[in-house]
Amino acid sequence: MTTLLETPPDRLLAAVRQLLTAKGVFTQAEIAERIRITDNASPAQGARMVARAWTDPEYRARMLADGAQAAEELGIPMRGMPPLGVLEDTAEEHNLVVCTLCSCYPRAVLGYPPFWFKSAAYRARAVRDPRGLLVEFGTTLPEQVKLRVVDSTADYRWMVLPLRPAGTEGWTETQLAAIVREGDMIGVTFPKLP
Amino acid sequence: MSALLAPGAKVRVRDDWPETRGPCHIRTPHYLRGARGVVEKHLGAFPNPEDLAFARPAAVLNLYHVRFVPQTIWPDAKGEAIVVELYESWLEQAA
Repeated sequence: MTTLLETPPDRLLAAVRQLLTAKGVFTQAEIAERIRITDNASPAQGARMVARAWTDPEYRARMLADGAQAAEELGIPMRGMPPLGVLEDTAEEHNLVVCTLCSCYPRAVLGYPPFWFKSAAYRARAVRDPRGLLVEFGTTLPEQVKLRVVDSTADYRWMVLPLRPAGTEGWTETQLAAIVREGDMIGVTFPKLP
Repeated sequence: MSALLAPGAKVRVRDDWPETRGPCHIRTPHYLRGARGVVEKHLGAFPNPEDLAFARPAAVLNLYHVRFVPQTIWPDAKGEAIVVELYESWLEQAA
């Protein structure tokens, strides 16, 4: 007899999906919709928000007040997601996000976290030696800029709204979105010109 | 829920270790137990995850962003602020 542990995962998944639909918890269509939303979640979504905030001061204000609503405004589905907080970088202060407890991450707007985000080393060093950690990511934070580490521990998910780099004056929103990477929205790197 | 803490209120994280008493689910990191910080912002109110994790009825608690000076936690820390989401049940008013 085959035990649960020996059963191929595809068959287990199919069985769970059938049970959920048979019991009326979800429909197949709802499951398909959720898979589609998860597949579409990527750093490109967060980058679109950042680019809009760089070009539209009113959107920027709405994004800082309520990240989830600002995401919805750009067509990013946030239903059932935790609240999204947006951390505003300034010339005086830079934000860095970590989840020291586990792996809280704003998946709706950044997709799956990079592998190092969940590592014990990143989680330990981000709170204790964040300046040293940034150096390892090749990021030089000017001495006078304060470093604010946000440990994501509870009901919010956090993304950084980085500073718009010099030399991008007159760029379109699409051009701007193309230079914003996942690390820029975690706070380990800054957006750079190609 | 208790009365709201205003931005700037001085607080201390309870020096409590429920994990030494039995199974639990805690969102307050070890390194902050007993630490002193300042309320930065009220983030809203949410059902207590310590109960939700065990499918128990969960009280709705105020959640705050609390700011700490890293060097008060680790003397050799590098950085100007650590900001953490903490539930009111973990916070005591500090002088």
